[in-house]
Amino acid sequence: MSAFTGTLRLARLALRRDRVQLPLWLAGITLVLWANAASIPEFYRTGTELAAQASIEASNIVSLVFNGPALGATLGAVTLVESSFLLIVLVPLMTAMLVVRHTRQNEETGRAEMLGATVVGRHATLTAALLMAVATNVVLGLLLAATLIGADLPTSGALAAGASIAALGIAFAGIAAVTAQVSGSARGANGIATAVLAGAFVLRAIGDAIGHPAASGVEAVSGWPSWLSPLGWAHQVRPFDDNRWWVLLLPTALFLLLVGVAYVLTSHRDVGTGMLPVRPGPATAPRALLSPLGLAWRLQRGVLAGWAVGVGLMGVAMGVITDEADQILGASEQVEEVIAQIGGPGGLTDSFLAAMVRLFGIGIAGYAVQALLRARAEEASGHVEVVLAGSVSRSRWLLGHVTCAVLGTGALLLLAGLTTGLGYALVSGEGGRIGPIVGAALAQAPATLALAGFVVLAVVAVPRLASALAWAALAFCLVLGQIGELLDLPRAVMDLSPFTHAPAAPAEDVTAGPLVALGAVALALTAVSVALFRRRDLTAQ
Amino acid sequence: MTTVISVSNLVKTFGPTRALDELDLSVRAGEVHGFLGPNGAGKSTTIRVLLGLLRADSGAATLLGGDPWRDAVALHRRLAYVPGEVNLWPNLSGGEVIDLLGTLRGGLDPSRRRKLLERFELDPTKKVRTYSKGNRQKVALVAAFSSDVELFLLDEPTSGLDPLMEAVFQECVREVKEAGRTVLLSSHILAEVEALCDRVSIIREGHNVESGTLAELRHLTRTTIAVETDRPLTGLAEMAGVHDLIVEGTRAKFDVDTSGLGRALEHLTPFGIRTLTSTPPTLEELFLRHYGDELVGEPAATPAGAR
Repeated sequence: MSAFTGTLRLARLALRRDRVQLPLWLAGITLVLWANAASIPEFYRTGTELAAQASIEASNIVSLVFNGPALGATLGAVTLVESSFLLIVLVPLMTAMLVVRHTRQNEETGRAEMLGATVVGRHATLTAALLMAVATNVVLGLLLAATLIGADLPTSGALAAGASIAALGIAFAGIAAVTAQVSGSARGANGIATAVLAGAFVLRAIGDAIGHPAASGVEAVSGWPSWLSPLGWAHQVRPFDDNRWWVLLLPTALFLLLVGVAYVLTSHRDVGTGMLPVRPGPATAPRALLSPLGLAWRLQRGVLAGWAVGVGLMGVAMGVITDEADQILGASEQVEEVIAQIGGPGGLTDSFLAAMVRLFGIGIAGYAVQALLRARAEEASGHVEVVLAGSVSRSRWLLGHVTCAVLGTGALLLLAGLTTGLGYALVSGEGGRIGPIVGAALAQAPATLALAGFVVLAVVAVPRLASALAWAALAFCLVLGQIGELLDLPRAVMDLSPFTHAPAAPAEDVTAGPLVALGAVALALTAVSVALFRRRDLTAQ
Repeated sequence: MTTVISVSNLVKTFGPTRALDELDLSVRAGEVHGFLGPNGAGKSTTIRVLLGLLRADSGAATLLGGDPWRDAVALHRRLAYVPGEVNLWPNLSGGEVIDLLGTLRGGLDPSRRRKLLERFELDPTKKVRTYSKGNRQKVALVAAFSSDVELFLLDEPTSGLDPLMEAVFQECVREVKEAGRTVLLSSHILAEVEALCDRVSIIREGHNVESGTLAELRHLTRTTIAVETDRPLTGLAEMAGVHDLIVEGTRAKFDVDTSGLGRALEHLTPFGIRTLTSTPPTLEELFLRHYGDELVGEPAATPAGAR
């Protein structure tokens, strides 16, 4: 028996557990690329239009920060650049969560202990998870390449694009392999991996921001920080441009190195424990904890703090960029048109700000989803049982979590507005915009809360599907917001997303009608949820 | 004597599974009531219905004079619950959880809390993540016994405790009983049941098969007799109430229903008894008979599996 005995059996078990989840991830990510590949040729019909778009990508700091370096004036290059943001964020998330799910989460729930007592080697669990992760990313890479080839784009570029994304995912499998050893909880392991992702994103964003356009004017050369980030490496393969296959060695080497580290850590720790020490807590509870609302706040505050840091940094960055946008974007009529399409008419700065603020609205809905799903997690783990065995009504418990999520959403939107406004004021010296920006950000709250209302209803009405439904709804709104207009979707479909009805302030005036309607939807959904929850059984797992 | 828990014809189904099948249960004020049954018999489901966590499909349940579903919030001020599977928040300390649970049910007595922590030898500063199963149970037990409540619903509360802590637990139950509180104790530890319970209810497949004091239950089962006589034994096999008979000339061994014991002895005497040992049924035998698949025709123990 070796340290790897049982790996294949465990991998089969992992595959079976993920038989629904993983295909959905793969299909969703492929769909995003497919939608772009299908719509972009419609959007840029002539070579001149493509060249204009590529030159914007090469010089516009917003595009550089989010989409990475411009790769040239070809359909393939533009398609990939426009899809880049979602790909380089979603693929590492999918992979890290996959690895943690089959390693640390198994330990946390005690499943690993049971498996460890059977004929299973010390490294089998981790190896099985890594096998799954690598296989998943290879399949994804092939799906992405096939999608691009199917859109009549050059095969070599399509393969390089698929490989660059697959290698990025595999690198994050290595990162998650280590974070799963370091943290004692699955939540913690996912949290550290997400922080690494955010750090890697910021690193390459800075690199691309301080880079410069190439002599051609339709390509961008990234600065050195991009080369320090696994996300940057995915860009540096430069598919449809240079197709630099050798860059793939970097993520591969990182993966092998981190897996080696993870194996060493596995050999040096006990099953169920992390590397971070567990600090003792207080012997008595602070008063603030002693209510359903206090408990919900205690359980949710960590997530909110993480989001606050991210939103704050993003806000300042957005504010700073806005001033640049004013100068760079002013040059191109076409960009103005694009920005106006998302952000509404009005001055360029206001349109741009409106686009950013709406992006914040939908992004912060991600927090609301996460916070509300905590209520489901509490029920699934059985924690809620001991709370409701106390003198606590169903509605008081549920509304405790809802209150935290609602206040957290409001606080994050306020923070987004404030930091964006301050960032802009810092660079432009114009403090007068802070108020309108904050107002615009807060005006997104009804739309965000309408989605939150849907999540509450899902948690109460279909608890076992709540997580899948909630994230799917968010993804639906996100994709609709990003490419709904490009795809020319029917109005009825667009109207399904609450964010379609969110005001494009500060570019447009805020009208009370849609806000009141969205708020009413949020309230109605919550009220129905509370009524339903008082009627149903508690359901574990 | 008033009834604290009264359940009749309670039915609860989960899809095709009938978890509770016309269950009856009655717990009187001030008693420690043992709640027994094989795994999956419906004990935890019953307790969850009594806590208003699950809603019964039909039947009636009264708890402390109220409706367990409708009046849950008010009733829960007057009871404490210890679940069998103690799932607590891994990132809270044991002390925080005790205070939280106590406060949610309407407050706890700080001095009793302190004493119980000592008696159960529990370190309240440790995070729940680092507790073993037994220590998590201690957290729930300390929180429960620190509360001034009328009723304790304990669902296999000691399955993870060591024998020393088991003894502490038994002391705690006796103390609350002396204080006039009522306890519903679901347990598989028969010694614990024998030591603590005034009455027991045995359920199988969601149906009540037996209720009564231990003495009453014993009465319903058989005594094992081993006998040696002067003359070879005959006629025992034909007697009603005699089971598992082995006769070897002048020696015999058999089980006899309590109701048939007198007649059996009368039958034996004419053969000239040389030695006779009678073994009363152990609690284990009692339960094995009720838990097992074959329920031999006792008057009260009609086949509970019948649907």
